[in-house]
Amino acid sequence: MSTVDRNGKIPNNVDLAGDKRLQRALEHWLPLYMEWWNDMGPAGFQTNDIYLRTAVSVEAGGWANFDYVKMPDYRWGIFLTPNDSVNSIGFGDHYGKPTWQEIPGEYRGNLRRIIVTQADTEPASVEQQRFLGTIAPSLYDMRNLFQINVEEGRHLWAMVYLLFRFFGKDGRDEAEELLSRRSGDEDKPRILNAFNEACDHWLSFFCFTHFTDRDGKFQLASLAESGFEPLARTCDFMLTEEAHHLFVGETGLDRIIKRSAELTMETDGDPMSAGGIPLDMIQRAINYWFTYSLDLFGGEISSNAANFFGEGLKGRFKEKSRYEDHVMKTGIKIVPQVIGGVLVEDEVPYRNAINEVLRDEYIEDCKRALRKWNRTLEKSGVGVELSLPSRRFHRHQGIYADYPFDPEGNLITKETLEANTSRWLLNSADNDFLVSIMNQVIEPGKMANWIAPPSRGINGQPLEFEYVRL
Amino acid sequence: MDTISFQVDPTRYRHWNVSKDGSVMQIHMNVDPEFPLKSGYDLKLNSYDLGVDIELADIVRRLRFEHPEITSLVVSSGHEQVFCSGANIHMLGTSSHSWKVNFCKFTNETRCELEDWAAQADVRSICAVTGPCAGGGYELALACDEIWLIDDGNSAVSLPETPLLGVLPGTGGLTRLVDKRMVRRDRADVFCTLAEGFKGKRALEWGLVDVVAPRSKFDEQLQQHLAQIESDRPGRNDRQGITLGPIEVTEADGVRKTSTLSVDYKPEQRTAEFTFVIPSAAGAPTTLEEIHAAGDSFWPLRFARELEDALLDLRVNRNGIGLALLRTQGSLDDIQAWDQILLGHRGDWFVDQIVHLFSHVIQRLERTSCSFFALVEQGSCFGGSMLEIALACDRIYMLDEDGVEVQRSPMNEGLLPMTTDITRTDCRLLGEQELAKSTIGNHSRLDATSAEKMGLVTEALDEFDYEDMVPVAIQERVSLSPDSLTGMEANLRFAGPENMESKVFGRLSAWQNWIFIRPNATGPQGALTLYGRPERPEFAWDRV
Repeated sequence: MSTVDRNGKIPNNVDLAGDKRLQRALEHWLPLYMEWWNDMGPAGFQTNDIYLRTAVSVEAGGWANFDYVKMPDYRWGIFLTPNDSVNSIGFGDHYGKPTWQEIPGEYRGNLRRIIVTQADTEPASVEQQRFLGTIAPSLYDMRNLFQINVEEGRHLWAMVYLLFRFFGKDGRDEAEELLSRRSGDEDKPRILNAFNEACDHWLSFFCFTHFTDRDGKFQLASLAESGFEPLARTCDFMLTEEAHHLFVGETGLDRIIKRSAELTMETDGDPMSAGGIPLDMIQRAINYWFTYSLDLFGGEISSNAANFFGEGLKGRFKEKSRYEDHVMKTGIKIVPQVIGGVLVEDEVPYRNAINEVLRDEYIEDCKRALRKWNRTLEKSGVGVELSLPSRRFHRHQGIYADYPFDPEGNLITKETLEANTSRWLLNSADNDFLVSIMNQVIEPGKMANWIAPPSRGINGQPLEFEYVRL
Repeated sequence: MDTISFQVDPTRYRHWNVSKDGSVMQIHMNVDPEFPLKSGYDLKLNSYDLGVDIELADIVRRLRFEHPEITSLVVSSGHEQVFCSGANIHMLGTSSHSWKVNFCKFTNETRCELEDWAAQADVRSICAVTGPCAGGGYELALACDEIWLIDDGNSAVSLPETPLLGVLPGTGGLTRLVDKRMVRRDRADVFCTLAEGFKGKRALEWGLVDVVAPRSKFDEQLQQHLAQIESDRPGRNDRQGITLGPIEVTEADGVRKTSTLSVDYKPEQRTAEFTFVIPSAAGAPTTLEEIHAAGDSFWPLRFARELEDALLDLRVNRNGIGLALLRTQGSLDDIQAWDQILLGHRGDWFVDQIVHLFSHVIQRLERTSCSFFALVEQGSCFGGSMLEIALACDRIYMLDEDGVEVQRSPMNEGLLPMTTDITRTDCRLLGEQELAKSTIGNHSRLDATSAEKMGLVTEALDEFDYEDMVPVAIQERVSLSPDSLTGMEANLRFAGPENMESKVFGRLSAWQNWIFIRPNATGPQGALTLYGRPERPEFAWDRV
């Protein structure tokens, strides 16, 4: 099962050659996917050689094979983490029972929903980032963007494999739908809101890869615990690639922050005059993307989430190592709620608050990155600190969505919120300015003025390396 | 428990926004989560409880009388994320059995009245579904003439009760699916077991919706359609609606009184004595101008509304009452004159709608879980429309004495049909068709013996027998099992053919009420009990 077929049209370790039905479905889908990639993938760079990492095997090291590739020739394949020896369901009402190799009929609907929702995010981000190559601050960054794009494309393959293999005709219909929805489209939008938001400059791109892809990390990690083993193994392998996306986001923001601090000091507090990005604008971008990403975790109190956990479909982050009680039938969690116009702490059955449990983990992870950025700021001596807004601020989903909160999480009036929105959140003037300062930089080793260089290159290559051959 | 009032008016709506644009009435469901009818649950995601439906019923009723000028009704959602997520599950999970049953019955009656009104008034009703539309939400859609679904990859119609809650899909939704929309039954089977339901293309292919349109074209297409509907229905602009004022209710010493009837509650005997007082027809409005000018004070309308309000009060607020005794006071001349005013002006929208309402109210009586006996005594006036109410009762006792008479009129010959669309005479005389035919056109006054021969009364009794037998019959009735009586009456009241509406109520009573009390739904491990809780249901697998 874990033998890798490198020579077939579709590299895989799922014995595609031995499954004619699946092979036929995927080969039918391949041209549709290529059509989508050519229409909606990175605009203007399809014929260039890019220094990309391609997964050719699932063993350690084997998934990171670097070479020049034209993006349409990238080997989109299907890889599942090899079957390990743990074969029992790790949480929920079926705790300790053998994992499922096939879909349990009673959970078919829920699993389909989970897989389709996850799958939909993969092509969406490629669409959102489509034009960023044309304003990339360096060849290094441009290459990272394309690396992320092809890997999101591969993640779509991984999810579509599950749809084809386990969901029959319904799965095939869903797979086609995945290619027909479009990020931000009025008629056929992507399923989740954050994936319909415009991402038209690199500050948003780095925020997106830092905050929104980080949601992906936690979603994939909790699905990697799933009692439905093919889903668990698929997600586990996707996580190895996702780590690079988060690295791009986190270090990208760190480099902007570093450069902004320098320019702020050099210009006596007016970095815009030197084509740099003001730190308060960065704070607004953080506020904007962090909160949109919080929405992706779903409702604070959710019977769906409770069901997914109880049914053994979706666990918690690092379920096995971080938690002792894997059933959690009776626990409670305190969730602050607005009742009668005031915020009060309310007890919610733990399982129903499980989205909030995952959100807690996510916020902690975001705080860790924030501390790094603040160390960068501290070293610069600019005397500014960045912060994460409250989880209640600027929400569009869940129990806080209907109430006005300030970034500290206090209930305020609608008027106060409206009066301060452009101060708290990335606004159209910010976006106009950001687009105006972003011009493509293509000389190997050179960086745009608004961002500091990275500390090292890709795969041991120097910064001056020609990551993209234009 | 607090008394539930079924009266509301537009100034007090919390959950619906009503707006009119030319001949198009728009109603937006925008449920305020913080105002459930009872405490203990929030009305999240445009879910509804009885309070939300009482407002909808009021809207429909006011459409009937206050807005004769409209040509179409658009039902839509004011909620950003969903169209309607159906009946509130936490409300169902925490309610008593009788509350659930009355809730389901009332919501169905509201949907039936919406259908009835739209058909009678020739108004096209359109449900514009934007966002997920689940369970009772889809039932509301099913009650409209057309269902429009936005094709945005997210909006879907569904009946998820079986997979999610372990109860019957819809409270009548299944019957509308296969009997009204005529969706193939095997497809309906698939649809009803799929929690997430169907979106755009598939929903259209399977006949679950009528029109699918993308977001960018939805409003425009709908507007074009509405304009067409309007141009197909000319000549309504000059109609003036009738404002429905509140019903004044007083209650003292156990007697609930409104302007046209009183109900004397005798809880220790478990009876309610209804007395309808028919006013003199002298000075009654006779011309259309006078009738319209009288508006909601016009006696037939006032009586129909007040009788309905009394029946709803009986159902929800007087649970221990098992038998209603119906009496009339007045003269047959007067009731004949009142009926004649209506009959003489048929074709006028207002008069027609009064007759439809009257019909609807009598049907409501027949769907009430309570025994009804009509008592025809001295001073009573069971003629025409009043006789029709008596014919809706389980039994009619008539005193055989000089001066006690009943009288048929055209009102008994098809103008006030049963739920099943036949006349109450035909329903009673199913096996005696010659006799049934002979009643047509016989509008003479009938004494007890003649009425009994004609099959109009259950028993004609002389003074002594009446005094002996009627009190005993009453005592006997209230001593029997109320559950058995409810089932028995529902089986006997609707003899003859079925139609969609009768099946809605019949199936609902039989199945939903059974499922509601089964452990798989409402036992400690039942799906309805555990919905929204961390535990998962455990079913007893025996098929009963």
